[in-house]
Amino acid sequence: MSRRIVVPFGPQHPVLPEPIHLDLVLKDEHVEEALPSIGYVHRGLETLVVKREYPEYVYIAERTCGICSFIHGMTYCQGVEQLVDCTVPERALFLRTIWSEYSRLHSHLLWLGLFADALGFENLFMASWRLRESVLDVLEETTGGRVIQGSCKVGGVRRDIPGETLDRMRSDLTAFERRARDLAEVFLHDESIASRTRGVGVLSREDAYELGAAGPTARGSGVGIDLRKTGYAAYGRLSFKPVVETAGDCHARCAVRVRELFTSIEIIREAIAKIPDGPIEEKPKKNPEGDYFSRAEQPRGELVHYVKGDGSRHLVRSRIRTPTLTNLPALVRMLKGCNLADVPVIVLSIDPCIGCAER
Amino acid sequence: MTYLSRSPWILHYDASSCNGCDIEVLACLSPLYDVERFGIINTGNPKHADVLVITGGINEQNREVVRNIYDQMPDPKVVVAVGICACTGGVFRECYNVVGGIDCVIPVDVYVPGCAARPESIIDGIVRALSVLEEKRAKGRDATATVARGGE
Repeated sequence: MSRRIVVPFGPQHPVLPEPIHLDLVLKDEHVEEALPSIGYVHRGLETLVVKREYPEYVYIAERTCGICSFIHGMTYCQGVEQLVDCTVPERALFLRTIWSEYSRLHSHLLWLGLFADALGFENLFMASWRLRESVLDVLEETTGGRVIQGSCKVGGVRRDIPGETLDRMRSDLTAFERRARDLAEVFLHDESIASRTRGVGVLSREDAYELGAAGPTARGSGVGIDLRKTGYAAYGRLSFKPVVETAGDCHARCAVRVRELFTSIEIIREAIAKIPDGPIEEKPKKNPEGDYFSRAEQPRGELVHYVKGDGSRHLVRSRIRTPTLTNLPALVRMLKGCNLADVPVIVLSIDPCIGCAER
Repeated sequence: MTYLSRSPWILHYDASSCNGCDIEVLACLSPLYDVERFGIINTGNPKHADVLVITGGINEQNREVVRNIYDQMPDPKVVVAVGICACTGGVFRECYNVVGGIDCVIPVDVYVPGCAARPESIIDGIVRALSVLEEKRAKGRDATATVARGGE
């Protein structure tokens, strides 16, 4: 006879690097409903915007999340630049693009490792994280930081990358790509991974669209939204195609991220080939005034920074919308009807970043 | 490193970190830094753990969670606060929801500064914590011996 029970999952749980709580309503082994509750890492950093001057808040914006830190800083800067009438020099835009894509590489490899670990494939976790270290080496060499880069500022970037370093980064990508291909082979074609992920946590195209899924979660269900196509930073001058898969299951979401590794490699190659010489920053001419929604594609999906200024050195409002929060309704839909044993894999398949989501 | 006579297991909890320190804690387990060669394993069960590694500061909602995890760990135990947020609250100190560093809820034995703390300094902090653990263990042994002798 079947019984309904509620199993608490988290906030501290072996599979979760970060705290989130789910109440799983079970009927035998089947999940009938999943009720998330969050707030364990909420800091309230958006309110700091009134206590810090606008150039200083870049550091806070970057620390919204340690994984996509560069993109947070950049999106905030993009917003403020609209309020201070400042045209960012071309070279700075290309450098931002290059660093954004390296951030994406490191974030996706990190996720692939965690995903492999959730599947019980520890060897693959180690292999992914070993490859990720070579991305962090590039970030550390060019910005000085492994996970928090601090290289973006309002009006441009803080550091230039010398030409010979760019050339070396470009040639190093060949070996990197070869190693990434080996990893991709396992993630895309391994039988045990396929049997754990195919048909698990299916999200239909309609649901993905209606529930407002973002990033690889949406693209895994056939919704081809990629904010990079709006052409912010230097993306408008580069040719690339968003990666879209149609199956909508955990395997498809994994495949999107695996294939995006190679898109990022191509973007970096093209950006290094096309980067112009010139200055890397322009000084803001006035204090921020007015408001602006700045959008960018983070490794997890669409990121929005809303900024509002009143002409003083302090902004009056900052609001951040992160992809993990918008993916939570989709996650709840995926969990409905799954087996309890599949919960960790499904939760990880949206690449939850709670640090971002709660700020 | 003579005090590494046993295999210390760590429990990692993210209090209200931005993830920066968390991924560096995890990086310590990856092949480049590989702390498993010292017998250090990341466990998810507080009852298995000797070392509690906490990143991020305390906020209103996780105060009880941190306390709860700490209380479940068997004695002797040590706490390592990783990153400036865990030490003092860091850049988020003035946020309305942040109470402060980890030491406003549970006793901290080793502070690892940095934003984000580098894997090298995290490993260094944990190795220091192990010597604290050994001291606590020795003290525990002495106390047991005293009780056995009739509490001199």
